[in-house]
Amino acid sequence: MSGYWAGILSILAINVIFAYGIFLPVATGQLNLGGAGFQALGAYTAAYLSAMFGLPVPVTVGVGMVVAGVVGFLIAFPILRTRGVYLVLATFAFAEVVAGTILNSETLGGAMGMSVPAFIDWEIPVIVAGFVTLFVFYLMSTRFGLTMRATHDDEVVTDLMGVNIRMVQVCAFAIGGALAGLAGGLYAHSFSFVEIQSFNALVSIYVLLYVLLGGTQTAWGPLAGAAFFTLLPELLRTVLPQVKSFLAALVGIEEPVGPPDDSWRFVILGALTIAMMVLRPEGLITRTMIERLRFRRSSSAREQVA
Amino acid sequence: MSAPLLSLHAVSKNFGGLAVITDVSFEVPQGSRTALIGPNGAGKTTVFNLISGVFAPSEGEIRLEGQSIDALPSRSRIGLGVARSFQNIRLMPHLSVVENVMLGQQARAGNLAGMLTPISLFGRSKWRREAEDLLDRMGLSTYPGEVVATLPYGIRKKIEVVRALVAKPKILLLDEPAAGLNNTETANLRDFLMTISQSGVTLLVVEHDMSLVRSLCDHAVVLNFGRKIYDGSTRTVQDDPAVLEAYLGTRQAEKARTHAEADHVA
Repeated sequence: MSGYWAGILSILAINVIFAYGIFLPVATGQLNLGGAGFQALGAYTAAYLSAMFGLPVPVTVGVGMVVAGVVGFLIAFPILRTRGVYLVLATFAFAEVVAGTILNSETLGGAMGMSVPAFIDWEIPVIVAGFVTLFVFYLMSTRFGLTMRATHDDEVVTDLMGVNIRMVQVCAFAIGGALAGLAGGLYAHSFSFVEIQSFNALVSIYVLLYVLLGGTQTAWGPLAGAAFFTLLPELLRTVLPQVKSFLAALVGIEEPVGPPDDSWRFVILGALTIAMMVLRPEGLITRTMIERLRFRRSSSAREQVA
Repeated sequence: MSAPLLSLHAVSKNFGGLAVITDVSFEVPQGSRTALIGPNGAGKTTVFNLISGVFAPSEGEIRLEGQSIDALPSRSRIGLGVARSFQNIRLMPHLSVVENVMLGQQARAGNLAGMLTPISLFGRSKWRREAEDLLDRMGLSTYPGEVVATLPYGIRKKIEVVRALVAKPKILLLDEPAAGLNNTETANLRDFLMTISQSGVTLLVVEHDMSLVRSLCDHAVVLNFGRKIYDGSTRTVQDDPAVLEAYLGTRQAEKARTHAEADHVA
């Protein structure tokens, strides 16, 4: 496999894990715009343990995941007292605090970043992403998953049904934080280098977009969202020059044209994002869509029996 | 009559300076079908919110089987046997019918093992089967997998009752179960509630449809402006002067009374 594809698969797997980390709180109705903060915690923990103590990768990544999860659990109590746009701001502020702390820390390399000695190839993130996907599907099929979705719909009634909604929200937030930290740890080892600039606000926004546009009602949503938005820029990288030369040929320019400006990819990405919001406001994959697919399958099976 | 299952003792509720419930006491006997009626804004739903723990009473005490439940958080009350439905349907719109019903089982299945056991991954769990069986017995078996947002109003109202029922409550608080139903649906609902009552569940019903109240309930409590004005049999509730006045105003009440007396003479 070429290095290009290996890189894409690694980043795809990391994005899927990261998206699931944000999906869990979002599925309970808590928008988490602090994804990059949790990812940075996991990445820097793994990087530090690997660089300073030479610990093996499973340990560094595992500890990174636990650190992000514990921090998520601890800040969930104060942060989940806020709602709506204030919660978004609070989680965003958390990510900024993490970034600021790391930037000013000599031990963690400050603005210089840190190189990570242990390297992992694309297979490991992909396998881990597979397990995380299975785990989230399992979680959503349990009563815990049911109460998460119920909390998202109506907190007062869910409480009256006997659900400890605070516990559900805090757990979802903490597990989500741990998954984001796991994604960070894998990132550190896959790219052999961490610098705080790669855990900026845009990363938090993008991962939340994966989840919201993919769909928050089922565990298929983040998978679809992360896959779509990770692969689309790569697809555009090959397709765009062809489109440009086609357009040039159309208006009669014969000589070869230079490749288009890279920022066109982001223009198209933005346009697609808006189109998704207009056409599928509840996300690409909704429950009704899954139900319909399942219904069609079972009814066609019934017809075959009849 | 047997000992009261639920009792309110001099309960008051103020929102700031607004007294919504003032010194209300009544008892709901074990196994009874009690109606809580009154004009709009009398505080009926507030009483329900006090019993189910959405609000804490400003004064007074609410007891279940003789034990005060005021200190209990709202989420623990369903486990003690207090389940309710809501005036405006409050099913979870993104959950399917059977998932909504399974949410009602929470009080019985909400321990750690219950929370982490898959309920829909490998075939049908026992919780899912129980929910489907109950829906089936209540005549709602055609919709289990559907998302509730798209279902007809009458069906959703019934599902809400089933969701409360699956918690195996001792007392079921129903907030206007017949609102928005037509005559056939109301008659259906009445039979449905009778079946529930015969299975030993005590009912406390807020309802405006007086014919349903008379045919379903044996005992009525009437509220007006947050005060209790009547507590007794449903048969005599319409002859009570205070109740007539609350519903019809002073002059109309006078007229109705002379009318009734004239009927007596004739």
